Amino acid sequence: MGSWQTLMFWPENPALSVLVWCVIAIPILYGARQAMHSMLRAIFRAISNPLRLMSHWLFKTADVMRQRNKMVLLANGRGEISQGIVKEFDRVTNLVQRDLHGYPALQRKLMDEITRIEEEFQKCGEVPPPPPEWTKAVASIAKIKPAGDGLVERILEDISASVSDIYDKVVAEYRESSRQRHDILKGFMPFWRSVDQTLNRVDKNLTGLRDSAAKIDEQMEKYTQINANTENAEHTLTSSATILFVISLLVMLIAAGGGFVNFWLIERPMEAMVGGSEYIYGNLQASYMAAMVIIFFETLMGLFLMESLGYTHLFPLNGINNRMRRWMVWISFAILLILAGVEVALAVMRDMIVSADVALKQELAGGAMTAAATAGWALNIPKAAQMILGFTLPFALAFVAIPLEYLIHSGRTVFGSLLVLGIRGLGFLTRFLSSMTRQIGKGVEHLYDAVIFLPLIIERVVVNRGPRLSSLPPGESGGRAAFPKRGGGEQVL
Amino acid sequence: MRRPLWFVPFLALALLAASCADPRTHAQAVYMLVDTSGTYAKQLDKAQRIVSYLLGTLKAGDSLAVARVKSRSFSEKDIIAKVTFVKDPMQANAQKRAFIKQIAHFDSGIKKGSAYTDITGGIIQAAEFLNETGAGQKTILIFSDMQEELDYKTVRDFPIDLKGIRIIALNVTKLTTDNVDPRRYIGRLDWWEKRARAAGATDWKVVNDMEHLERIFKNRG
Repeated sequence: MGSWQTLMFWPENPALSVLVWCVIAIPILYGARQAMHSMLRAIFRAISNPLRLMSHWLFKTADVMRQRNKMVLLANGRGEISQGIVKEFDRVTNLVQRDLHGYPALQRKLMDEITRIEEEFQKCGEVPPPPPEWTKAVASIAKIKPAGDGLVERILEDISASVSDIYDKVVAEYRESSRQRHDILKGFMPFWRSVDQTLNRVDKNLTGLRDSAAKIDEQMEKYTQINANTENAEHTLTSSATILFVISLLVMLIAAGGGFVNFWLIERPMEAMVGGSEYIYGNLQASYMAAMVIIFFETLMGLFLMESLGYTHLFPLNGINNRMRRWMVWISFAILLILAGVEVALAVMRDMIVSADVALKQELAGGAMTAAATAGWALNIPKAAQMILGFTLPFALAFVAIPLEYLIHSGRTVFGSLLVLGIRGLGFLTRFLSSMTRQIGKGVEHLYDAVIFLPLIIERVVVNRGPRLSSLPPGESGGRAAFPKRGGGEQVL
Repeated sequence: MRRPLWFVPFLALALLAASCADPRTHAQAVYMLVDTSGTYAKQLDKAQRIVSYLLGTLKAGDSLAVARVKSRSFSEKDIIAKVTFVKDPMQANAQKRAFIKQIAHFDSGIKKGSAYTDITGGIIQAAEFLNETGAGQKTILIFSDMQEELDYKTVRDFPIDLKGIRIIALNVTKLTTDNVDPRRYIGRLDWWEKRARAAGATDWKVVNDMEHLERIFKNRG
């Protein structure tokens, strides 16, 4: 307060003092206007230009990373699709070898059956009985007009009786013949069925072949798109990698839950083995570490088992031969089995410890020691459940290798995309800050001019009235125009 | 680019094998002083309940000692029972059973309370025992009305050292005079708290509710 008052010409009248200060300062500020503007511009450029540079670099880096990501993504996609195509071709080969390999025999069988059916069919062709000669005689007799002659009538009656007998005989023969033909047709049924089945099998094989061909077409279409480096292929691969990443992550979380259960199942007996009061570092108990080591070992053995079986390809095991691979399968499986056995033993031990603790607590609470044997088989159920869990969880953990592989492979794409997004966001932020700094610089220049507005107005009036200077083009009036109507060359971003 | 992960379990095993951190820093040692003077001699069943609770709470590697407070308590002879639990839970359970038997035997042996109450002597003895254990968390439980009474020969009015030790007064009953003037009770507890804190005790607590013994170890530091 004291130092402030020393600046006052008349401390009892601060307004007058300030006015006098303004009168002194404004001409000085006006005189120094150009220099001050240059200085302000230099300061704000010193801030905004590096920011712009940084933004430019970030965007460029993001582009480079995106290109690299795209390259890796397409290469991975190409590899996967190639594998898919190879698998489909293998399937087709197998199909052809297995099913269509016997196609000539099948065709021969089919032709045999068709020939047989034809022969049988010909046999059952309906042969009309030859027209008997006596029908003509009957027709001639029928033309005789009844004349009431008894002899003629008797002859006609005899003829009628004979014709009726013959007719019955012919009809019976005809029926017998039809029955035989029907029997032949009935005998066709198994052949028809056989033909039907054979044709169905052929149809199924051909459908499978057609499906495989469609899949190969589809894969080839994708392969073509990838080779053409299209945006669509990149999008498809990125989205499928993201979905795969999320699914793998979910499966891994479930597996982590299994691991957590497994940990608490063996931690207590481990405490008895390595000592509950032993600490490795900070609050990390040795028993926790021991339990985790067992779980890690199980997971690791699972990884090797899956790797040796060829379900995963996390390690470069191409160099080893099939015999060695089989050895690896058996060794990792044996270790996994031993660890599962250890877990069963630990589960039993855990149950014993818990029972002993419960008994002790009951005893300490004043109750008599309860005999565990009286509870019967029902008390053995939790123990059995723990043993089963102890045995199955290591094998379940072994399968973590599959989602882990997908997580690692898809994670590269997902994290790469996220990194590009982050760098771009940072680039945008720096560009925004650069632009803002420049605008603030301009605002400060205008503020400076606003303080010395009076001499600037006088300058404008004088410049506008001066006959000599009015002919000069704007900008050559000896200084920069105050309060320009348009901010020429202003850049927003 | 794919690196084999063989080394992870071996590293973990190596860490396990080299677990040379001091295990005692995480261990807990509890020393319980049981007042056997006057009417407190009749409340030993409560003290036994507290011991049972402690036995149920303490883990492998922890230590527990129970000592009596009598006319002069700065003596190892006043320790009724003491134990450091082994890491095997079955053996630890056996130790706990033996311990509770010893306490029960002591309870039945008490017929008459002591004439004086030397709490300070008991606390000094307790601090000595606890510091010897080297445990990370040291607690003195005082089962008493906190009314110290010394004979004219006993000297206890000197500064004591309770650095790193928590003091918990249990079942601090109100005396007849406290009922007449509660300020005596409050003042007595305040005096003990000031004395404990001045001696470097990390905490001072009074737990009178015997139904909530878990408060003894609540918020332990």
